[in-house]
Amino acid sequence: MSATTAPAAAAPVAPATGGHVEVHGVHKSYGTLEVLAGVDLEIRPGEVTVVIGPSGSGKSTLLRVINHLEKVDRGFVAIDDALIGYSRRGDTLRELKEKQILRQRTQIGFVFQSFNLFPHLTALENVVEAPVSAQGRRRSEVEPEARALLARVGLADKADARPRQLSGGQQQRVAIARALATRPKVLLFDEPTSALDPELVGEVLDVIKDLARGGTTMLVVTHEIGFAREIADQVVFMDAGRIVEQGPPADVLDRPQHARTRAFLEKVL
Amino acid sequence: MTTVSLPPARTAPQAATAGGTRRTELEGLRVLPARHPGRWLATGVVAVLLAMVVHSLATNPHWDWAVVAKYLTWPSILEGVWGTVRLTAAAAAVGFGLGTVLALMRLSRSPLLQSVAWLYVWVFRSVPLILQLLLWYNLAYLYPALTVGVPFGPGFAHLETSSIVGKFGAAILGLGLSQAAYSSEIVRAGILGVDQGQHEAAAALGIPRARQQWRIVLPQAMRTIVPTSVNEIIGLLKGTSVVYVLAYGELFYTVGVIYGRNLKVVALLLVAGIWYLILTTLLTVVQFYLERYYARGALRILPPTPLQKARWAVQVGWAQLRGRPVPAGWAAGNRARGHLTRTARSTRREIGGAL
Repeated sequence: MSATTAPAAAAPVAPATGGHVEVHGVHKSYGTLEVLAGVDLEIRPGEVTVVIGPSGSGKSTLLRVINHLEKVDRGFVAIDDALIGYSRRGDTLRELKEKQILRQRTQIGFVFQSFNLFPHLTALENVVEAPVSAQGRRRSEVEPEARALLARVGLADKADARPRQLSGGQQQRVAIARALATRPKVLLFDEPTSALDPELVGEVLDVIKDLARGGTTMLVVTHEIGFAREIADQVVFMDAGRIVEQGPPADVLDRPQHARTRAFLEKVL
Repeated sequence: MTTVSLPPARTAPQAATAGGTRRTELEGLRVLPARHPGRWLATGVVAVLLAMVVHSLATNPHWDWAVVAKYLTWPSILEGVWGTVRLTAAAAAVGFGLGTVLALMRLSRSPLLQSVAWLYVWVFRSVPLILQLLLWYNLAYLYPALTVGVPFGPGFAHLETSSIVGKFGAAILGLGLSQAAYSSEIVRAGILGVDQGQHEAAAALGIPRARQQWRIVLPQAMRTIVPTSVNEIIGLLKGTSVVYVLAYGELFYTVGVIYGRNLKVVALLLVAGIWYLILTTLLTVVQFYLERYYARGALRILPPTPLQKARWAVQVGWAQLRGRPVPAGWAAGNRARGHLTRTARSTRREIGGAL
């Protein structure tokens, strides 16, 4: 193992294979408000799905359900045939313990709208934290990989900077590197550019595009329609907790079938 | 021409035509600082009052400064100081250790843990400290022997209560347990003050729950916990004087014993006061550096240490004496906040830029 001295740059920085995500009949309510009213969605390995829709349509909740930050009321989510949040034995589903759920989450990278970097840790420490503490890997092994990840998002020289010393775009790129550090099968992006100044949006989208080409399974909630057209294999339009329309970007964005999709696109384009 | 190098005017369009001449005209003007006669008057009054206090301290023989000086480093006084320090440290450790546990219980998802923590805070915050101290000291009356063993089952070890909970034990129990009630609220407030997104990010990364608290949440909570905690510890330091009711040899009790014999009451109270002042000052210094440490990440530029400030003041003073430009340094960060570095030249530059 330690006999081979592989250079740091050769470390497997991208997730090796993309995961297969299935969402079946997912319902979620907060009190009387039904946020997800029966969502079915399949994302094939290595594909990029972009979710668009008006605010309050349940896009973010869908993402949060996939990595079990929110529990579903009905239905299920599976990644590579493994149920998220439950284990199946015969006819019964058992709720997983928090520890097991945490382990599942290391396979799902999540990028937040508001970055949520740990402000008291440096960029490098932010990236190193989860592989070491959640996956029990050795720091000496993780650190070169983390530096390579920071280099990949164009921030090799910012490894020792703390989040507050970085611009919004740089912070979000560190957050992407952090999400990649556990070598997830799936990457979830929750409006990754909505909190950014317009001139910083491009640098973050470039990084996401680069990842999309790399064969990671990705689910991106965004309002950037042009970006969706460019990277999506599949575009999903959601409204009122349901998927109204889905298909290739050329169909959904340019020839929408539903009046609601057309009305939404007219407003944002 | 100086006008060429100036940034383009951003304001009204006429500034572009007429601004050039007006700017050069203003550049040459002298800037007079505003006058503050009221401030001078107030300063004078306070200075006179201060002089009166110092004069009376120095000339009134009843202060007994010679006696104060003699007892300040008296061996038994030093022992008393050590007793106070020991009590404070132990009670603070118990108080903040248990307080953190109670805070985490209050924030846990178990209703029983929540209620027990709430009940604890309710009881220990409601009962006066002096009463608690005396109760703990009389623990042997309630439970003459303590047994270590299986709950409701057989015991393995029997200990006599009075041998464990002596004066020091009772003092630490009393001070520490009541301190825990207060510090749990401080820690809880600190944790609640940490952005919800931090908890979510840590959970989304799959970081184990205990690690989420210790590595991600608590270090950020410390920024709000430290100032109030030091406040509490200072309160605790002075609160140890209440322990004189147990006749434990801390500073206040020791002083009492000595003036009971030699009747130099005021002088010995002064000795105790001076020592409390010294200990509190040390805590304040610790607080400064702790706050500075936990400000990492919250501030882009850390505040200067007193040493850095002093060095910088000397440099500035020296530069001004020799008519040189003020040196850069941490002052660069302060310039944005607009104090200390505002010189006539920089003011003029700002006026010029605004026109």
